[in-house]
Amino acid sequence: MKINSRYIPLNIENVDTDQIIPARFLKATSRDGFGKNLFRDWRYHNDDEGQPKTDFVLNNPAYQGKILVAAKNFGCGSSREHAAWALKDYGFDAVVSSFFADIFKNNALNNFLLPVQVSDEFLEGLWAAIDQNPDAEIAIDVEQQTITNVTSGEIAHFDINAYKKNCLINGYDDIDFLLSIRTDIEAYEAAHV
Amino acid sequence: MQKNSLTLDVFCLKSKKMTLFDKIWNKHVVHAIEGGPSVFYIDRHFIHEVTSPQAFDGLRKRGIPVARPDKTVATADHNVPTVDQHLPIRETLSRMQVEKLTENCAAFGVELYGLGHPFQGIVHVIGPELGITQPGMTIVCGDSHTSTHGAFGTIAFGIGTSEVEMVLATQCLLQSKPKQMRINVDGVLQPGVTSKDIILYIISKISASGATGYFVEYAGSAIRNLSMEARMTICNMSIEMGARGGLIAPDETTFNYLKGRKFAPQGTDWDAKVAEWRTLVTDTDAQFDQELHLVAEDIQPMVTYGTNPGMGIPVTGLIPEESSLEEKERLSFRKSLEYMGLQQGAAIKGQKIDYVFIGSCTNSRIEDLRQVAAFVQGKQKANDVEVWIVPGSKQVEEQAKAEGLRTIFEQAGFQLRQPGCSACLGMNEDKIPAGKYCISTSNRNFEGRQGQGARTLLASPLTAAAAAVTGVVTDIRDF
Ligand code: SF4
Repeated sequence: MKINSRYIPLNIENVDTDQIIPARFLKATSRDGFGKNLFRDWRYHNDDEGQPKTDFVLNNPAYQGKILVAAKNFGCGSSREHAAWALKDYGFDAVVSSFFADIFKNNALNNFLLPVQVSDEFLEGLWAAIDQNPDAEIAIDVEQQTITNVTSGEIAHFDINAYKKNCLINGYDDIDFLLSIRTDIEAYEAAHV
Repeated sequence: MQKNSLTLDVFCLKSKKMTLFDKIWNKHVVHAIEGGPSVFYIDRHFIHEVTSPQAFDGLRKRGIPVARPDKTVATADHNVPTVDQHLPIRETLSRMQVEKLTENCAAFGVELYGLGHPFQGIVHVIGPELGITQPGMTIVCGDSHTSTHGAFGTIAFGIGTSEVEMVLATQCLLQSKPKQMRINVDGVLQPGVTSKDIILYIISKISASGATGYFVEYAGSAIRNLSMEARMTICNMSIEMGARGGLIAPDETTFNYLKGRKFAPQGTDWDAKVAEWRTLVTDTDAQFDQELHLVAEDIQPMVTYGTNPGMGIPVTGLIPEESSLEEKERLSFRKSLEYMGLQQGAAIKGQKIDYVFIGSCTNSRIEDLRQVAAFVQGKQKANDVEVWIVPGSKQVEEQAKAEGLRTIFEQAGFQLRQPGCSACLGMNEDKIPAGKYCISTSNRNFEGRQGQGARTLLASPLTAAAAAVTGVVTDIRDF
């Protein structure tokens, strides 16, 4: 599984899930359609799609791609999985940052949105590359667990646990797995509960 | 042979010093996956209207029931109005979400404390007050402040909707064991300083991401001396420094709080349980990945000035100067102050306030309300300030009325509303208008959290009450 794409630079620290998807959009009872409200309050003046905030990076046509690159502590705050749904629905397949909040990381993986944690230096390299050229690209290889800054050729290894990697590559689902070990769970309940 | 290995086991258990967290964790691992997470058993699952509908849909698609409805409890809190709760919810989408919860609970046999029920309230307020939350348990909810329940010596943490579905389907979760941190606060709190100030102080010290990847145990004499409700305030905000959760070892305070509560063990069961709960302590010499020591006397009433909970200062302090920060933090800092309409280097004391919100799962319990009432009795709110007190649950609301707190609030010009999350996240009509300043006892000051453009200053109920009376950020110790 490979994700090779241009990327969108969001150089802001501590991006919380209230920014990724504001609470007023959490009233839906399905998982679909959250992409249009991704970063809603950073994207539009007065909540009006006719008035985009031109200085926000998603509104800058120079930047495109399936990878979002963000600064430290991305996805902190509320546990709302709607944040992962919104990013995925908008068209992202991966988010790169030097640090992710825990719940967001799980939510992302459960929705086949790959969180790639890199060092501060690697992140600096990505900012530098896209500063020079908005068409700069990233190449991610999930099997090899590598991420490449295509401009500089710099390659880094990233962590992902073996179980989750397998799920991601094969499209497996945690619930199917847990249901398959139901007898173990029942034995545990009989002994402990 | 058998006997030998048993002796060896006992020996290993004895020699290995365990933390409180280890003890609860180990007891709940059903199955460990090679190179992956553990299958982790969940004792209590709380659900609410916002993060559960897609999970129930998932069960329907799979054609499976809720595995353990007897371990699942639901309430409506995030989206409910805080006035006229007896009337149908006016806003269509909110109403549909609450109706969906009712429908799902009925279809899947889950107990629901919905609007109008005497037990309804914010999910993290009702669990403890009903005695559902008990020491040694594992507790999850599709809400990041599930860490609140850690005050009872539980492993409690927030999960996403896919995980809600996982727990509904199997009563288990896949979890990797986090690292562990102990935060010790020793000494005696100064007058006017509350548990909210302790946690805002801790977060300001270690930052909004300082405990990411960790589970935190709070210890030390200042923590031991807190009431149960004050302990909940601390554990509640663990997530605001990135921690998965936070916990405090149960003790007499915990047992006294729980005794006689609706779902607490009764009779001989009670004695057996208490004996078991007394073993839930961190062994002397157990190792933590990180340990911090703080001095209670150093803590002052705290207020936040920025847009994450780590941006807190003593009420008498100054907003930092940009030059004191690292280069890469400056952009976010500037953006934050711009949003807040505040100046670097300025004092926070004296900052004009438009709204006061006393509520949320951090500070909406009866002790919070009593503290506020004791302070405002005989005082009046400032003219141009709007003050909302939103009790955490129906039971808190009823108790506040019975104790005469409502009368005190009304005489002071404060509104006592009906229970729910309310302006903590502004999903219902309780929103702070753009550009207005709200001093809030909730847990998040993120941009737009209390309404688009709303400017939030986090503080304790006492500090909020003082601001309600003066109309500006005030040092409670000046009264
Ligand atoms: S009161 Fe606020 S923080 Fe607590 S559960 Fe409700 S929305 Fe979440």
